[in-house]
Amino acid sequence: MFPVTGTSALILAIVFGFAFGWLLQRGRVTDYNTIVNQFRLRDFTVLKVMLTAIVVGGIGVLALTQLGYAKFAVRDANMLGTIIGAAIFGIGMVLYGYCPGTGLAAIATGSVHALVGAMGMLAGAMLYAFSFEWVRDNILSVWKLGKVTLPGLMGAPPLAVYIGLAVFAIAFFYVIEKMRIEKRAN
Amino acid sequence: MSAQAQIYQSGSMAESVRVNWSPYLVGVGIGVLSWVVFVVVANPIGMTTAMGQIAGGLAAPVIGAETVAENAYWKRNVMTLDYGTLFLVGTFLGALASALLSRTFRIETVPSVWRERFGGSVPKRMVVAFIGGALAMYGARMAGGCTSGNGISQGLQLAVVGWTFLAVMFASGLLTTFVLFRR
Repeated sequence: MFPVTGTSALILAIVFGFAFGWLLQRGRVTDYNTIVNQFRLRDFTVLKVMLTAIVVGGIGVLALTQLGYAKFAVRDANMLGTIIGAAIFGIGMVLYGYCPGTGLAAIATGSVHALVGAMGMLAGAMLYAFSFEWVRDNILSVWKLGKVTLPGLMGAPPLAVYIGLAVFAIAFFYVIEKMRIEKRAN
Repeated sequence: MSAQAQIYQSGSMAESVRVNWSPYLVGVGIGVLSWVVFVVVANPIGMTTAMGQIAGGLAAPVIGAETVAENAYWKRNVMTLDYGTLFLVGTFLGALASALLSRTFRIETVPSVWRERFGGSVPKRMVVAFIGGALAMYGARMAGGCTSGNGISQGLQLAVVGWTFLAVMFASGLLTTFVLFRR
């Protein structure tokens, strides 16, 4: 039965995308201020959403793979490309005030600068396509680790790493919430 | 902006609670959505692969379909109405429905945090948004994914590529913010 393919999968793409866009908007991460204030360490909404999604999503997907309902889809770690790409991405995300997904969703909430930035995203994709051969030969080919995971590198069982991550996330959220309460009291 | 100021801005506290979901609830929602997509379509959430394909489709009339067809990147990323592209359509529609139903849809040209630091000039904000979007997409394609595809979808699988992306992206973003917003 699963995975669904063909036309049904295309319909589901819109359904699942709809849920994703809805969640981003309700979570206020379609707001420029929320994203930039995360990087200014004044609003931790972005990290709360992401860490919770990673912990909840990860433990569930692990369970589903163990039960045989899902397969991990880990991508190759081309480390130089990932590091340079992520560094450029971080600069771009702060200037734009959105990442690609939240930017797309923000257009739908009325953000005109998100629309202009999306045109920039298309221009960036074109620049990447034009420079792709050089990037592939000189950057993506450097420091290739393959489909490695953190538990694989550490030689630890995945569940142990997920539990460690969950404990870290809960402690982190506790500190963040406590700090905020103290700020409010002042 | 303090939490209290946000509540005042969006009207009553009850309204604010109804309109804005807790970030933890939204995180759980995205996590559960990940379970569903891993099982049902075996296609993790991601944005920029499809956006790269669309860029090729839009570039074709300008630079010629031949040039696009011969491009090494677009050869492997052809614009089609596939799962990834329709997921983008869904994301747009979902955010639109949420904004309209919560009555938070509003036209914004210069956001308040930007205005406080850089003033109300619309062209200035638009130019920087364009450059930022271009950099974000270029970086995401080089890294193989964005905050969704790399950060969440690879991160939740504990993939080294995902966590490297998250760590470097946050470090770079913090540094950029420090340079831009220090007084």
